[in-house]
Amino acid sequence: MANRHIDEPTGVETVGHEWDGIEELNNPLPRWWVVTFWITVVFSLAYMVVYPAIPMLGKGTEGLWGWSSRGQLTAEMAAAQAARKPVLDKIAATPIEQIAADKDLLAKARAGGMAAFKQNCALCHGSGGKGMVGYPNLADRDWLWGGSVTDIEFSITHGIRSPGADATRTSLMPSFGKDGILQDGQIADTSAYVLSLSGKAPSDAAAQRGAAVFAANCAACHGADGKGLRAFGAPNLADQVWLYGGTKDQVAASIARARAGVMPAWAGKLDPVTIKMLAVYVHSLGGGEQFAAAPAAAAAAPANGNGNAKP
Amino acid sequence: MESLVSRAGLWFAAFLVAIFMFVNAVDTGFAIHMVVFGLAALAGLVISLTKSNYKVLAAIGGALPPDQSRYDDDLVRTGVILTTFWGCVGFLVGLYIALQLAFPALNLGFEYTTFGRLRPLHTSAVIFAFGGTALITTSFYIVQRTCRARLALPGLARFVFWGYQLFIVLAATGYVLGVTQGKEYAEPEWYIDLWLTLVWVAYLAVFVMTLIKRKEPHIYVANWFFLSFIITVALLHLVNNANVPVSLFGSKSYPVWAGVQGALVQWWYGHNAVGFFLTAGFLAMMYYFVPKQAERPVYSYRLSILHFWSLIFLYIWAGPHHLHYTALPDWAQTLGMVFSVMLWMPSWGGMINGLMTLNGAWDKVRTDPIIRMMVLSLAFYGMSTFEGPMMSIKSVNSLSHYTDWTIGHVHSGALGWNGMITFAALYYLTPRLWNRTRMYSQRMINWHFWLATLGIVFYASAMWVTGIMEGLMWREYGADGYLVNSFAETVAAKFPMYVLRAFGGVLYLSGALIMAFNVWQTIIGNLRQEEPLRQAAYDPNADRPLVAAPAE
Repeated sequence: MANRHIDEPTGVETVGHEWDGIEELNNPLPRWWVVTFWITVVFSLAYMVVYPAIPMLGKGTEGLWGWSSRGQLTAEMAAAQAARKPVLDKIAATPIEQIAADKDLLAKARAGGMAAFKQNCALCHGSGGKGMVGYPNLADRDWLWGGSVTDIEFSITHGIRSPGADATRTSLMPSFGKDGILQDGQIADTSAYVLSLSGKAPSDAAAQRGAAVFAANCAACHGADGKGLRAFGAPNLADQVWLYGGTKDQVAASIARARAGVMPAWAGKLDPVTIKMLAVYVHSLGGGEQFAAAPAAAAAAPANGNGNAKP
Repeated sequence: MESLVSRAGLWFAAFLVAIFMFVNAVDTGFAIHMVVFGLAALAGLVISLTKSNYKVLAAIGGALPPDQSRYDDDLVRTGVILTTFWGCVGFLVGLYIALQLAFPALNLGFEYTTFGRLRPLHTSAVIFAFGGTALITTSFYIVQRTCRARLALPGLARFVFWGYQLFIVLAATGYVLGVTQGKEYAEPEWYIDLWLTLVWVAYLAVFVMTLIKRKEPHIYVANWFFLSFIITVALLHLVNNANVPVSLFGSKSYPVWAGVQGALVQWWYGHNAVGFFLTAGFLAMMYYFVPKQAERPVYSYRLSILHFWSLIFLYIWAGPHHLHYTALPDWAQTLGMVFSVMLWMPSWGGMINGLMTLNGAWDKVRTDPIIRMMVLSLAFYGMSTFEGPMMSIKSVNSLSHYTDWTIGHVHSGALGWNGMITFAALYYLTPRLWNRTRMYSQRMINWHFWLATLGIVFYASAMWVTGIMEGLMWREYGADGYLVNSFAETVAAKFPMYVLRAFGGVLYLSGALIMAFNVWQTIIGNLRQEEPLRQAAYDPNADRPLVAAPAE
């Protein structure tokens, strides 16, 4: 079978085998191929000497350079922490209401707050803090539990209706429909009245009937004028800002089945300095309120069950 | 007659087992799969009763026994059609999930149509259905020609072919129903794995027995690659799917490997699935079809020996590079990396041997669209086997890992190398298997070539850009010492590239649909009026096995 012959176009001899018309030339290995292969082998052997490579009985060899992935991570994390430390120490030492006075410190606190916000808060509140259905917009002037930088810090630290957090902000609106307190007709009337408060619906007969229901059932928390009460986290119903939607059906649904949104308490998950920077960042998003409104009262009044001393 | 009875008995027993399992099934997915099994066993029973014994058939005036002077090509013909079909299905699902990534509303809100279930459907459809069917089909074609012998164990060969198709159907329906063991590229559950094991052992038997009865003194290089592919895939499959079922009548099982050992076994499997399924197996195709289509001798016999042995020796150790910077011990990561770096030249040996085979025939790249496909396929093979070792280097990997760069790398290999060489093989096979003078249209092959090439360019470059961008965004530190981007921001930044990637998919799929049309027209015997392009010569009279007594 061996039929060696010279291949015409290339002038190379064949090996002499043939399968279904396929022959093989007797070309040598390309020199560059062999050389490059040996270079990769030498590189690999050298790499195995300087880096961890050979499994032994107890653990692998450590390599001449003593490198480990865990060691590299520890060193890089330590370097990053050391670089941040002076600023973090200064933020920790500055009372939160005074951070705004130091423009440079404010910028650094906001930068740290923004990074923490993207990692921890943006999932619900959106990466710009604009919120979505069920998750409050943090960039507007509408605050459920107060919008001063200390209020925000308190909310982040202790959370909203956070299970297991002692000082968490809490309140519970009854489910007027589910618990049988109001009839469906009454709920429809009430939602007509609620929408009329912000001028979204006319003050018609249904709204007039709803006004009486509202006064008897809702005004205690939301206020006689419907403008809300921060002590209970009761939202302002007269400002056209809606957390769960502002159509008549959506408002009726909120009355029938109360919402009671939850935010976890971040104390323990984040360190106090990070929470402080987060509060500064959220405060700076556009809706932050002046702390100076009633500083003495806030400092003097002991934290009540709702954790909010603001009137 | 005895073999007929025992064969039918086996199928009947399998049918009864399927019914028994169905009656006792503890979950819906398992019950549905037992129905599929039962129907398949019934089909096996009917076929073995009606078709397998030619003496019986001849006695009642039925079909004639097969012509021993021709190759056994029935399965190859079916395989050409099924490969074309599975390719189009796999590309279509791929396009759909690419669009899901850009437009998540396309998840449609049903669990059956979520990305999580369709993604394994896509990967398995292209790798195992399209690629696997192509490998079984071409291996049956090539091993007969290069051994000059008909397939040994023809009945078992039919079991292999159709058993593998049953595996595909079970795997695919399982993904949509949520039956999965959650291991990438090894998703099918324990009972499907057992079935594949049976099929694969039969495949090995058919292949080895055919090699043993060969009429040629030596075993051709393509067959070395096929054999290494069959043996290694068997080994990988058995070790990675060592699972304990929760119930013998239920689909759920748990692996015996736990924690980081499980991860290492999985990526030893996953990497070598690429190495032996998508590299060794397809190199076997390359080693037959490139010299045949170019009508040139293989460039270097010595290179083929050396790169074969170095490839299969080095490949099997490179898996840990999928687990850089994880809980895997540093020493194992180092070994995974250096074996991958050393793998560079052995992989390129195949590319050199393929491309240099065109020495003395380079003009055919201009005139022969099939040769053009083969050259592009080898170019992409070379590119992705350079990219792979590069990405396994730890400092590169710390940027590329978990990003879309990996997806781009896989697709330049899969679309470029595996896809193009398979298309070329299908275009080579179809006119020969159906006795046509040429494909229905050679111009359409050219269209397919350009659509596929452009599709790959869009796909791969979009994924490179988005992968490197996302890697850089993840690690970007601001002047204040904090990470600049949230994960959601990196996802949002990728949107334009995701749309471009899907556009690449549209091009690639359109090329495949043109091929399906072309193959179909060729099979039914049409010939498009056009100026023909160059094609390799074919002598049907020489395409025969060597038989002891001449058939004439």
